[in-house]
Amino acid sequence: MRIQVSCFATLSRYAPTDGFLEIKEGATPIDVIDQLSIPREEVKIVFVNGQNSGKEIELQEDDRVGIFPAIGGG
Amino acid sequence: MAKLLRINSKNKKIAYEELTGPYAGLGGRGLTSRVVRREVPPACHPLSAQNKLIVAPGLLTGTTAANTGRLSVGGKSPLTGTIKESNAGGTFSQKLAKMDIMGLILEDKPDPGSPFQTLFINKDGAELIEIPEITGLGTYDASARLFEKFGTKVGIMVIGPAGENTRLASSIQFTDPRGKPSRAAGRGGLGALMGSKKIKAIVIDSEGSKAPEMADREAFKAAAKRWAEILVNHPVTGQGLPSYGTSILINIINEAGTLPTKNFRSGRFDKASDISGEKMVEFINKRKGIAREGCHAGCIIQCSQSYNDENGEYLTSGFEYETVWAFGSNLLISDIDHIAMLDRLCDDLGLDTIETGTTLAMAMEAGILPWGDGLKAIELLKRVHDPKDYLGAIIGNGTSFTAEAFGVDRVPVVKKQSLPAYDPRAAKGVGVTYATTPMGGDHTAGYAICQNILKVGGDIDPLGKEGNIEISKNLQIATAAVDATGFCLFVAFAVLDTDDSLDTIAKLISSRFGKNFTAEDIAKTGIEILKDEYSFNRDAGFTAAHDQLPDFFINEELPPHNVKWDFTAEELQKAKIEI
Ligand code: SF4
Repeated sequence: MRIQVSCFATLSRYAPTDGFLEIKEGATPIDVIDQLSIPREEVKIVFVNGQNSGKEIELQEDDRVGIFPAIGGG
Repeated sequence: MAKLLRINSKNKKIAYEELTGPYAGLGGRGLTSRVVRREVPPACHPLSAQNKLIVAPGLLTGTTAANTGRLSVGGKSPLTGTIKESNAGGTFSQKLAKMDIMGLILEDKPDPGSPFQTLFINKDGAELIEIPEITGLGTYDASARLFEKFGTKVGIMVIGPAGENTRLASSIQFTDPRGKPSRAAGRGGLGALMGSKKIKAIVIDSEGSKAPEMADREAFKAAAKRWAEILVNHPVTGQGLPSYGTSILINIINEAGTLPTKNFRSGRFDKASDISGEKMVEFINKRKGIAREGCHAGCIIQCSQSYNDENGEYLTSGFEYETVWAFGSNLLISDIDHIAMLDRLCDDLGLDTIETGTTLAMAMEAGILPWGDGLKAIELLKRVHDPKDYLGAIIGNGTSFTAEAFGVDRVPVVKKQSLPAYDPRAAKGVGVTYATTPMGGDHTAGYAICQNILKVGGDIDPLGKEGNIEISKNLQIATAAVDATGFCLFVAFAVLDTDDSLDTIAKLISSRFGKNFTAEDIAKTGIEILKDEYSFNRDAGFTAAHDQLPDFFINEELPPHNVKWDFTAEELQKAKIEI
């Protein structure tokens, strides 16, 4: 199934070129991180559909996933 | 001995006092709020002779400890009518501290029609002088003239045309290490307070003064070393902020669905990536700007930058997330050069960027400006320059005033100060801060975005209610204490995640002053400050009814999460300390 993935800041170089990714049924954000070869320790925050739902929930078709390193500002 | 400098703007008397009695041992926001509480009648008109403008470096400013060069500016706010502390960078604070001046207090008010004056301070004393050629100038030209006159090593605090004409959204600008007046005490209209005292600028030359000694030099050195490690080792203060600046937040706040868009109608902006920190850095590098610099010497985080226009010429610096939001998604403007120009205009006119962005949103609501039109927004803002331009006068007076002038009912303010760059419905912790801080709508006073979105110092659901009152309350206490030290607030990212950080701060203060200051004293300091502030507001007539968000947040759902603001007035009161 297909999901939408964006990677930001220092991780932007890992983003899929067209912004979409084919994943297996039952895949989680951790699987996505591995599939994109992002070093796990560089990922601080994952949003699934704008919610910080953890890296272990099961993804659904058309989910929107955002992957971030540690970020601050304000 | 640390001293206070009292300046009477009417009879021009200037007196040095020792920092004793109720003011002993205070710095930064601790001192500004205590002076306002004790010396300013809460019910006075903010532009009257009874109000005072207080400028205070922090307790650790002027030392070698990293990121301690920030400054507090206080008074009764012309915008909100509440007590106000506005915090700024720039070189001014360290120069005051080097001269062992812990506070400036500007008092009284010259007769109507009196000329503007400039206060000059150096090792031989202080005097008020008239420099007629800078009156009416923007802060960029005014500070260039002042550097010509007093040398390039001075620090400058200056107001622009907005402050001179006592516009309610006006800021006070400070020069950065490159001499650009791009650092602002922006919030609360304190530029109007300075303008009402007929002070255009304060110039400080600390050459020849000897910085105060640390009470225990070795202990201070050791603590300062550990302190620098804490900041460098944390991924946010050591890497994230230095690499991309604060606008790195645009994408994550957008992804979280809480980036206020079109005057708080949506939490997502479809063109967010065009105005992101990543994009800004790309432009800066392409145009040979500076992607990373500090607002004062001794800042090792360096979230600031110099942004060049498309011809490679300097346009602005200190170009922050809040500003990019205020003129960007808030107005549907996606051209980052237009946003940079609006930032430059605000710095030059001496206007708060957050307040001005939301003011332009009111103009768009009213049909005076088309949504998303950066060039027309620039044209409108330029009108603030002319004191006789009535539309410029309205715009310079901020969000609430402009909304009233044009009958707009969608007005994102608390206590007449505009809300900043996070929609409170989908970042409820910071929403609690907006509603309850003594400052009026403000995020820095209790930045729960850390826990709501960034997962720094905890993890609290931004969409639900649970834990958000408590976190806002605790952060408000901690922030008040940080603002007393001279630390840049961004140290909080590392402090919240590092076990020995509070002890290290306590050691810095103990060894600086030779007294026993503990980690518990930090919280006590914060509580004392909030007591001064809440009690001032109470006596100025503020009640629980003022601690509310505008009702459209309660009545309208925010996409994409479709959430409303749902705290009751009673619940919100629990975020305030008892006075
Ligand atoms: S981190 Fe940014 S705001 Fe803080 S002191 Fe450094 S440049 Fe100034």
